[in-house]
Amino acid sequence: MSIRILLFAELEEKVGTRQIEIAGSEMTAGEVRNTLLEKYPEVSAFNSAMMAINEEYAEDQDVVREGDLVAFIPPVSGG
Amino acid sequence: MNHKNFEIINTPIQINQVINKVEDRNAGAINTFIGTVRELTKGKKTVYLKYDAYISMAEKKLAQIGEEIKKEYPESKVAITHRIGELAISDIAVVIAVSTPHRADAFAGSRYAIERIKEIVPIWKKEHWEDGEEWMGDQLEHKPYPEGKPGKGDLN
Repeated sequence: MSIRILLFAELEEKVGTRQIEIAGSEMTAGEVRNTLLEKYPEVSAFNSAMMAINEEYAEDQDVVREGDLVAFIPPVSGG
Repeated sequence: MNHKNFEIINTPIQINQVINKVEDRNAGAINTFIGTVRELTKGKKTVYLKYDAYISMAEKKLAQIGEEIKKEYPESKVAITHRIGELAISDIAVVIAVSTPHRADAFAGSRYAIERIKEIVPIWKKEHWEDGEEWMGDQLEHKPYPEGKPGKGDLN
């Protein structure tokens, strides 16, 4: 029972890996964010990152289920 | 030959290949935008840049931008290639090509695409200077996200 999470840019660098997993089978995106803020209290960039569920931008109240792929997307700077 | 119109690659972008994807007998104009690596930003000298991306989502979001342009200009064709990895000064980071029957729409579509890339496409740039490095955040010069993220209307 776990949820896969992808980290990019500053978040990937601060946590030290691109992919992590947290225990759980159903929670909101906001709860995922809070879990990571508790796990990595020194990484404040979790606060300002957008989130995506299965490659679509999500709001904090959207529900994440087991098997979903959650991504934290820091402010983008392409182009 | 690769006909994917929206792609993230880690090799130098061949401008002509991007242009070829939007050629059309009904086109009266093809507008191209070429984004390159600038040396000086606010007086700070960049030595090289590194781009990274959430590739699968970034290609979907580039395709979404193409759909948005098509909605506004139904006869348009759009192709966008963004390069990631390590880039030197003057290297090409992004090429956008938009063809339309009339030139004004090609200019407008191309402009829209580059602004939209900076809003919704998960690509990140890390600037490396002589004395340090940093992941760059929101590069928009005219429209900062009010709460550090795009509003609902920006995403759909």
